[in-house]
Amino acid sequence: MKSYWAIFKKEVYHILRDRRTLLVLILLPFTLVLIFGFAITNEFKDSKIAILDQSKSVLSGELINHVAASQHFFIDDYIMSIEDIEPIFRKGEVKMVLVIPPDFEEAFTRMKKADLQFIIDGTEPNFANTVNQYASRMVNRFTSLKQGQQTSLPYQIGIEARMIFNPELSSAYNFLPGVIALILLLISAMMTSLTIAKEKETGTMEILLVSPISPLTIILGKVGPYAVLSFINTVIILVMGVYIFDVPIRGSLILLLVMCLLYVITALALGILISTKAKSQQVAMMGSLVVLMMPTMLLSGFLFPVTSMPMPLQFISKIIPATYFTEIIKNVMLRGAGLQYVIFPAGVLVLMTLVFLVISLFSFKTRLE
Amino acid sequence: MDKTKKVITVDHLTKKFGDFTAVDAITFDVHAGEIFGFLGANGAGKTTAMKMLIGLSKPTSGTGTVAGFDIVKNPEKVKQNIGYMSQKFALYDDLTIEENATFYGGIYGLKRKVIKSQIEHMLDDLDLRSSRKQLVGQLPIGWKQRLAFSVAMIHDPSIIFLDEPTGGVDPVTRRIFWEKIYEESSKGRTIFVTTHYMDEAEYCHRLSMMVAGKMVAVDSPANLKEKYGVKDMNEVFVHIANQEDWR
Repeated sequence: MKSYWAIFKKEVYHILRDRRTLLVLILLPFTLVLIFGFAITNEFKDSKIAILDQSKSVLSGELINHVAASQHFFIDDYIMSIEDIEPIFRKGEVKMVLVIPPDFEEAFTRMKKADLQFIIDGTEPNFANTVNQYASRMVNRFTSLKQGQQTSLPYQIGIEARMIFNPELSSAYNFLPGVIALILLLISAMMTSLTIAKEKETGTMEILLVSPISPLTIILGKVGPYAVLSFINTVIILVMGVYIFDVPIRGSLILLLVMCLLYVITALALGILISTKAKSQQVAMMGSLVVLMMPTMLLSGFLFPVTSMPMPLQFISKIIPATYFTEIIKNVMLRGAGLQYVIFPAGVLVLMTLVFLVISLFSFKTRLE
Repeated sequence: MDKTKKVITVDHLTKKFGDFTAVDAITFDVHAGEIFGFLGANGAGKTTAMKMLIGLSKPTSGTGTVAGFDIVKNPEKVKQNIGYMSQKFALYDDLTIEENATFYGGIYGLKRKVIKSQIEHMLDDLDLRSSRKQLVGQLPIGWKQRLAFSVAMIHDPSIIFLDEPTGGVDPVTRRIFWEKIYEESSKGRTIFVTTHYMDEAEYCHRLSMMVAGKMVAVDSPANLKEKYGVKDMNEVFVHIANQEDWR
């Protein structure tokens, strides 16, 4: 026990003395949460559009007012002819042109069927899709508003969609679990593998192994401070999520924290595994970036939904710890699920941790033989 | 000090990596308080042999005891009773002199009071009292080396293993370091040292030479020179290492 604390304390000195890394470790959660929270967002406001009103009627005027009144679009320009459409897109500011044909009002009142055209800048496909959805929804609302005034149709099917667990479709609900998964992995796995690789590189590991302490104590002593640091960061991210982005914690807070702890342990085990294979800090660094960071970012369902990936990628996402962790977090935080609903992914994490540790121990032993 | 007491005994110690025999049935003894030089060309097997003695590697066959404990059956006891210093010095550059020493005391399970008094003693000895709060990374290499040597003995081991302790150090510093080794030897501590420098080999009480995994000579420097009829250890080494028929 005494030797455990000796190593723990020494590791704390290492962390505190390396000011630059410490700063990164503390600022990283803040920056990532703020970046994902404010910059990368699926919601949009005040998207610039232009209008080509060939109808110039009362009805088209009402439609334009309806669009302008919404929070989503900002009417940047009115253009006069079809020839103006391409140049205005080239300037890059306007994302959509709403074309109202000359017979718009007539068609609407006489035939009860009028056409509108959205011309949307498709260079950013996701954004274009969203613009299309919002614009269509707005036109539909406008149509039903008008129909309501005329009350011509006796039968109507009204659709009312309600998003449960995330009624406002806030993207914070999605990125927050992802950011927690990413940061815990970064600090636990990467820093652990780096610090162990460093001792190998400088030759101090050899000295530690010649001393009477067991290899297990050495490793546990070294990862201890990083576990604490990771846990502190988890709490920071959760607090920011709750107070800045209004992400709810509907389930039990204790369950949530226990699950975070479990994931920290999984990540630490992964870091230990990498460090048993890596001889130098560079190898450990590249290893953790390629093996951990990239798949976690891209394949854990954090940025892209897993269900729409091709089969091989879905398979890879099944062996990434973060996939199970984000599932757990979403269940507990957003759906308010209890232990029985997270027991499967939690079990997978426990299993993964054991596998990582057994492999590390094995490769450690063979090195001694 | 009983100079005839054997503190290291090695009997047909062998290490094989697959088909390759790195250490081939070496047999020798080291006496208490002796400075025992362990010589050999690169790849001769001396690092592997030493690793078996300090518990970093398990022998394929053969036996050995260090400080009275069996290296196979009781490696933990062996570790408690030996000190080790490698050519990398292995102190933490971002820790102060005091923190480094406290850390090594801690991993050997010493009591806080013992660590404190050992550090005071060490600082006096090295004349480093005023720089106890200085980071080790800022120290000149000669000081680092002497500090590493002292720290490796913080738990007062009866035997200390030095793995090429003077690599990359200038001759004057080496000289000072060897004076320190003699001092420890005179206190009864056994020194087991590997080296490349033949002038250092002259300082040892006894020498062993390894060639291609075999131990080909164990004797005092004077006897070795006489045996091969040469003037210095350099010639002894070249003479022995060139005999291809060892393998």
